Amino acid sequence: MKKNKQAQKIVFKSEKDVPLMPMSIGTMLHNKTGVWRNIKPVIDLDNCIQCGICWKFCPDVSIFVEDEWPVVDYVYCKGCGICAEECPTKCIAMVEEEK
Amino acid sequence: MKKEKKMKLSLPEEELMNSGHLACQGCGATLAMRYVLKALGQKVALCIPACCWSVIDGPFPYSSLDVPIFHCAFETAAVSASGVKAGLEMVGDTETTVVAWAGDGGTFDIGIQALSGVAERNDDIIYVCYDNEAYMNTGIQRSSATPYGAWTTTTPVKHFKDRPKKDMEAIMAAHRIPYIATASIGYPEDLFRKTKKAKEIKGTRFLHIYAPCPTGWKSRPEDTIKLARMVVQNATFPLYEIEWGEKYTLNIKLKEKKPIADYLKIQGRFRHLTEKEIASMQEEVDKKWQRLLSLVNSK
Ligand SMILES: Cc1ncc(C[n+]2csc(CCOP(=O)(O)OP(=O)(O)O)c2C)c(N)n1
Ligand code: SF4
Ligand code: SF4
Ligand code: SF4
Ligand SMILES: [Mg+2]
Repeated sequence: MKKNKQAQKIVFKSEKDVPLMPMSIGTMLHNKTGVWRNIKPVIDLDNCIQCGICWKFCPDVSIFVEDEWPVVDYVYCKGCGICAEECPTKCIAMVEEEK
Repeated sequence: MKKEKKMKLSLPEEELMNSGHLACQGCGATLAMRYVLKALGQKVALCIPACCWSVIDGPFPYSSLDVPIFHCAFETAAVSASGVKAGLEMVGDTETTVVAWAGDGGTFDIGIQALSGVAERNDDIIYVCYDNEAYMNTGIQRSSATPYGAWTTTTPVKHFKDRPKKDMEAIMAAHRIPYIATASIGYPEDLFRKTKKAKEIKGTRFLHIYAPCPTGWKSRPEDTIKLARMVVQNATFPLYEIEWGEKYTLNIKLKEKKPIADYLKIQGRFRHLTEKEIASMQEEVDKKWQRLLSLVNSK
């Protein structure tokens, strides 16, 4: 769903471009927090029961539903490990990130 | 991949909180916001005083939320929200839900007089306190929501906090406001239902959400949800509602009340506690729990 929200950085060319009132005019989606991660969740869909628990508890909204299956969004996932900890069938493994 | 059944989602799929925000890994406060916005929908205005959430949201000119936010001064969350509500009414908008969204420091300590004024007037706002039990944004200082026994940078191990957590629900109940509820990010469906309920009520509504903070509690980020469940299961933070300051309803009944020791053990902020100290803390929890049960049963 978030895929169609705009995620550009905003550059003010001159002072005149800056809004008089400091207002938020863009989203933080340009901030690709996946680079914070040193371990990453990998879902073994063979053992997934489509319970939605990983989706529900992700603080970074980084698990989305695609064709009724959970998919990790590695662009933003910070690797907190909550999804793996909470998955009732333990089908999410936290694996070392290769840099 | 076998059966192509439907993915079970217990909450609406639409997100008003985006990825890319600045919270630490495993931040509970972030989930509190995600769930509350799912319940309130898009017609919301937030007033956020200085707290972690004023940072999590992102710096100017960005925001992580798809709803308007007014960043207000630390002590003014409640009264800023009343002002925004009054202003909206003046221009004919009676629909938008105005929410004050503050941390425990901003609620239990510095914001308490503004909150008390708003509650006494029964101004038409929802006040949400996400409780991470210390001043986290400024580096883990003790607040009056910090529990007994906890380490913080201003209550070092040798002088750990020796006063109990302030009973904010009792203070709010004394104001006789229409709705007060405690909630925990470990029980998102309960939090969602309470937020929906609060939205339909007029007057001052107070939601107190337990939101673990791995950075400040020295806990593992993956334990955030577990901690938010344990604290309810061991009756340290029971989930209940108070209507008009008198009708108490317990939402999560405990078949078996768990000991607090397991909950304390997985948080670095309690690591220094001796068996004897833990036993006396357990006694306190038991006493508070009995007091709550008597309030629930008195009606
Ligand atoms: C009047 C005033 N005093 C002090 C501060 C510094 N300050 C900013 S955030 C903060 C702590 C907030 O704690 P809390 O409300 O619990 O929210 P948290 O950061 O834990 O989410 C403090 C002391 C301030 N911004 N304004
Ligand atoms: S590791 Fe954490 S941030 Fe990454 S998908 Fe799982 S819950 Fe979300
Ligand atoms: S929590 Fe586990 S079983 Fe449930 S949907 Fe996610 S991966 Fe599948
Ligand atoms: S310090 Fe705690 S409350 Fe603040 S962003 Fe980090 S985890 Fe969340
Ligand atoms: Mg706090």
